[in-house]
Amino acid sequence: MSNNISYNELVIKFANVNGSGSASANTFCAKSLYRMGIPISAKNIFPSNIQGLPTWYEITVSESERLARKENIDIMVAMNAQTYASDLNEVISGGTFIYDNSIRRSFDRDDINIIGIPIAKLCAEEYSDSRQRQLFKNIVYLGSLSLLIGIDIDVIEKLLADQFKTKQNLLDANINALNIGRKYVMENIDYPLNKQVRKCNKNSNKIMLNGNEAAALGALYGGATVASWYPITPSTSLVEAFEKHANKLRKTEDGHLNAAIIQAEDELSAIGMAIGANWNGSRAFTATSGPGISLMSEFLGLAYFAEIPLVLFDIQRGGPSTGMPTRTQQSDILSCAYASHGDTKHMILLPADPNECFEFGYKSFDYAELFQTPIMVLSDLDIGMNDWVVDEFSWDPEYKHNRGKLVSADDIENLKSFARYRDVDGDGIPYRTIPATHPEYGSYFTRGTSHTDTGGYTESGVIHAEMLDRISKKFETSKEMLPQPIININSPKSKIGIINYGSTTVALNDAIAQLSSNGIGVNHLRIRSFPFAKSIKDFINDHDFIFILEQNRDAQMKKLLVSEENLDVSKLISVLNYDGMPLTANFIVDNITESLNNNKNIKAANSPPIKIV
Amino acid sequence: MTFIKKPIFRHPSLPTNAIGLTYRDYEGVVSTLCAGCGHDSITASIIDACFELSLPAHKIAKLSGIGCSSKTPNYFLNNAHGFNSVHGRMPSVATGANLANRDLTYIGVSGDGDTASIGLGQYCHAIRRQLNLTYIVENNGTYGLTKGQFSATNDKNSKNKRGMDNPFGSIDLAVIAIELGAGFVARSFSGDKEQLVPLIKAALEYDGFALIDVISPCVTFNNHGYSTKSYDYIREHRSVFGDLDFVPEEETINTSYAEGETISLKLHNGREINFKKLGDDHDPTNQHKVINTLRENRAEGKVTTGLLYIDPNKSDLHQTLKTSNTPLNALPMDDLCPGNDFIDNINNLFR
Repeated sequence: MSNNISYNELVIKFANVNGSGSASANTFCAKSLYRMGIPISAKNIFPSNIQGLPTWYEITVSESERLARKENIDIMVAMNAQTYASDLNEVISGGTFIYDNSIRRSFDRDDINIIGIPIAKLCAEEYSDSRQRQLFKNIVYLGSLSLLIGIDIDVIEKLLADQFKTKQNLLDANINALNIGRKYVMENIDYPLNKQVRKCNKNSNKIMLNGNEAAALGALYGGATVASWYPITPSTSLVEAFEKHANKLRKTEDGHLNAAIIQAEDELSAIGMAIGANWNGSRAFTATSGPGISLMSEFLGLAYFAEIPLVLFDIQRGGPSTGMPTRTQQSDILSCAYASHGDTKHMILLPADPNECFEFGYKSFDYAELFQTPIMVLSDLDIGMNDWVVDEFSWDPEYKHNRGKLVSADDIENLKSFARYRDVDGDGIPYRTIPATHPEYGSYFTRGTSHTDTGGYTESGVIHAEMLDRISKKFETSKEMLPQPIININSPKSKIGIINYGSTTVALNDAIAQLSSNGIGVNHLRIRSFPFAKSIKDFINDHDFIFILEQNRDAQMKKLLVSEENLDVSKLISVLNYDGMPLTANFIVDNITESLNNNKNIKAANSPPIKIV
Repeated sequence: MTFIKKPIFRHPSLPTNAIGLTYRDYEGVVSTLCAGCGHDSITASIIDACFELSLPAHKIAKLSGIGCSSKTPNYFLNNAHGFNSVHGRMPSVATGANLANRDLTYIGVSGDGDTASIGLGQYCHAIRRQLNLTYIVENNGTYGLTKGQFSATNDKNSKNKRGMDNPFGSIDLAVIAIELGAGFVARSFSGDKEQLVPLIKAALEYDGFALIDVISPCVTFNNHGYSTKSYDYIREHRSVFGDLDFVPEEETINTSYAEGETISLKLHNGREINFKKLGDDHDPTNQHKVINTLRENRAEGKVTTGLLYIDPNKSDLHQTLKTSNTPLNALPMDDLCPGNDFIDNINNLFR
């Protein structure tokens, strides 16, 4: 098997039973590869279940940084007999299928390398405790795999040592299990395989983490003090990470906490608490997923109309209804943009990876106070719960948190008058006080009913309409202040543009590179916020055909663009995926190529093919 | 009632309280509720209580949900920030506000629809958490703004204005509060200021969840001969638990009661509540007995008022969560943000 060895370009997939302890072994594998300096991306494909259902973990290894998911698997570590048949089919011709041959099986493929390792037997011989027999199976296959593909054993051992710092007996037991797997391969298997990994030096300024933890750290850096939430996959780990890090970074000397984290009775209460805390001058947030957005909608309308800052992290999952709680989608775009009854509209940030979750995590609190309105950070399960290798965090020591037009006691004494909802500066953004600002000045009545510029109740249609128009003006102001789109003009003469947002960026980057090598040059714009920056419409106007890549059925971002920017629909072509899985590059390339072949107009625009310079 | 602006004129000889403010300084805008509404009497009692306690109005936050009752925070304490939120959700907004600043006094005003129907969940959970909030239910047994539907506190078989029977049993908010561990539970009648004002004062000074369920007749929709929440019905069917005398810390204890008749309870914050027992031998610290007495009185058609239950030793939400003594909203951003010093440590967690 040692001929034509290739390095650092492969896909490894683990097929397991959930609840069997495989998640940590698979993560050890991914992290070891990261520590070897190799670009990787890892996807955990797990069920909405505690124990017994199939679960998979994919690691795409690519020194050339083509890190999108791929359809074909080079090495399948098949540890779940329930899914052998489908797992076997996914292996690329010439690839390897590793299974536990404690019970021998025959597999109907002669174009791949099938390796049997009697993992259950090895563990039964080594361990008497049934729990240990189960758990260490995972470490045994990791040991075997490390020898088969060349994962540096020192790196794995160092990782385990870091993991089990204070638990020497656990560390010893894990290393023992690793060696059982390695020893078996050494004595019984023809190794190494033709797909190998080796150290390179691409991760020195990279970190490996998931977007929820990054967003939680962003919230800590953003000065959030109140987190109110209701558990829902895939957002739960965000608040749990906030709590974990707050307990380290926000403890006072006398053992108190400079934060309050409260698990509410439901999503309505969770957002109500966050609104109450923001109203009273704390930076507060909630985190939820699609069903929670539905429940929070009434309160979102209140915060919009009464102009209360709020940060909401929506970690999108597969909908509608309960949908696919453990799969990824971008299907809350419209329900977030226009959440709640009446004329409402909300500011949205769209991070593409954990690094941006951190950045938008802290900036969202500034935006919320600057514009005195809810800021929704729309991440998704893929970003939120998968481990990504991204640029390390940086912090500008000069960064000053911007609390917007929050009036202090001193300021208010110098003001000639205070009217909570008056547009003094012409940007649509009024001045704001919090309770107890001043004994005599600055108090007002916050309400969801129509109000005058001093906060008084009104049923005047004129005043009501003026209030709605003034709030619209804030949204105009925000367009050039929220995170601007990232634009890549790869091919200045190309008439074809692709627009995307969020987690599809990795797959799209791969796809653009592939299209380019196929002679199709496309320009790219990534939307990072709503209301839309002016440059988005300019980009659309500059191209004859615009592909819009989304992970939902109904082309939600396209609809939002069309309705908000008054666009010609005929030049917009949707590329839609809604099976709940992170995208592959081929999916994008195939869709775009097919459109190009089928549409005469596009063909003409792309003829002769535009080469990327 | 038409909406009119109150004149700012103040009589120079108006009495002032310990912080030099007059009663007028605690007022709000003119009420737009129906003439004779029980809620306006409760508003007046809240103003009395705050004036007599010499509370600085700007250090009070007044919150409400939706309904006639929830309009009333606009009618008291003009110098306090107010928040008329959404229907049945005042407890969560009050919880968030309280988490942000533990040093303010929080008054929540709600109604029987707002609390016992749409907001029952939030009500229960705010109690469970011992939110430091004076929660006043202005309980008239009817939906006023939507013109007279039964509410969930209306007694079974009582009638509405059109003579229709209420087929469903009622929810007793005070019993629920005691059951769920509220530290201070009282019931009163909007028409009895002498009882209500001391109860509000004691509730405001109580550190924890304090419920006052105030029967407050709706003169337009629920003050007729068949109602069990009319002025006449309540006056005829009241069973009063005892007289309350609230003693702020800096005052000496009022000893007008004969020894043996008065229970004196010291609160966490040094304040003291004197409770004068009546003949029924009511002990407001015995949870089980209180619930039994309330049930027995109810079976006899009596509405029990007074301080029903008190536990002076409850921990409030901040004590449970161990939040900083400095209000969270007063912590400077530089203290909250770990800044550049920690960024390397954080990055190293993920290598």
